Amino acid sequence: MASHSDIPNSAGSQRRRAKKGQAEAAEKYSVLLPTYNERENLPLIVWLLVKSFEESGNNYEIIVIDDGSPDGTQEVAQQLEKIYGSDKILLRPRAKKLGLGTAYIHGIQHATGNFIIIMDADLSHHPKFIPEFIRKQKEGNFDVVCGTRYRGNGGVYGWDLKRKIVSRGANFLTQILLRPGVSDLTGSFRLYRKEVLQKLMEKCISKGYVFQMEMIVRARQLNFTIGEVPISFVDRVYGESKLGGNEIVSFLKGLLTLFATT
Amino acid sequence: MTKLEQWMSTLLVLMLIWLCLVQDLLNLGYSKKFHDVILPLPVYLLVTAGSYALGTLGLRLANFNDCEEAAQELFMQIQEAQADLASKGLIL
Repeated sequence: MASHSDIPNSAGSQRRRAKKGQAEAAEKYSVLLPTYNERENLPLIVWLLVKSFEESGNNYEIIVIDDGSPDGTQEVAQQLEKIYGSDKILLRPRAKKLGLGTAYIHGIQHATGNFIIIMDADLSHHPKFIPEFIRKQKEGNFDVVCGTRYRGNGGVYGWDLKRKIVSRGANFLTQILLRPGVSDLTGSFRLYRKEVLQKLMEKCISKGYVFQMEMIVRARQLNFTIGEVPISFVDRVYGESKLGGNEIVSFLKGLLTLFATT
Repeated sequence: MTKLEQWMSTLLVLMLIWLCLVQDLLNLGYSKKFHDVILPLPVYLLVTAGSYALGTLGLRLANFNDCEEAAQELFMQIQEAQADLASKGLIL
C-alpha cells in the first residue's frame, strides 16, 4: 500500500508537464460504491460500470465499501472480484454501518486513481454518463463535475407529482438562499479530483442530503471549479426509496445551517 | 460574510431607503402623489417575489423530464447483465 500514496502526486505533476496524449494515459478513475444490502444491485451496477469503462477505454477501478450488509452483499462482491479481477474490483468492507461520509474517506484511502467518482449502487445512477463526466472535466479542467437532474436532458424516472414538487421546491429554496452556481446540490453522482475530495471531506460535517450540498458549498468557498452534466435519475429499481417528513425536516435544518454559517 | 448576513444587509439597506423616502428624511419635499406610490412598495415587492417563486416553480415542474427511455434502456440492460453474469459463473 505504501507505494500507492505517491501515485496521485506523480500523476498530478505528469498531468501538468506532459503533452495532452500522455496526460490522458495517466488518468485513472476510482469509482467508490458504498453498499448496504445491495446484493441484487451490486452485480448489475458493476457490470454496467465495466461495460461503460471498456467502451470508453478509460483506466479504472471499482472500490466496493460494504458496511457489513446482512444480506450477503460481500459474498456477491467476492464473486465479482473473481470474475473481473482484483485489480478492477477492490473490496474494502467495514464491520458495521458507519455512514456515507466515512465510507468516502475509507474509500479514498484505498483509491489509486487521480480522479474519484462517487455514485449510488442502487442503479439510480447509470454508468453510461461517466464518459460524459470525464469529457466535461477535461473540457474545462474542472475540479468537480456534478451530475444534474435539473438541467438540459437531465430528469427523473419513477417520481410522482408530490415527490417532484418537494424536489423542485427544495432545490428552488436552496438556489435562492445559497446561490451555489450549481443546479443540483443534493445529487450524489459526481466526479472529483482526488486531492479536492480529500480536502472537502476534511471540511464537511453534515449528513445525508445536506452532506452532498455542503460539499458543493465548501468547494465554492475554496474556489474549486465545478462543471455540470445532465443525468437521468431512475429511481430505485429494486428496493424502496424513501422521502419522509423526517428527511424534509433534516434537509431544512441543514439548509438553514449552511445559510447562516457559510 | 455569510449568506444570512448578505440577505439581512440587503434587506436593511432597502428598508432604510424606503423609510427615508416615506418619512421624507432628506426634505426633498415631493408631492403627495409620489408618497402614495412609495408607501406600498414593500407589498409590491413581496407580491412580485411570490409570483416569481410560484411561476418559476411551476415552469420547472412542467419541464421536469420523465426519463422513460432511460428506464427502458436500464431494464433491457439489467436482463442482458443477468444473462452475461450467469454465463460468467455468478451465483445469486
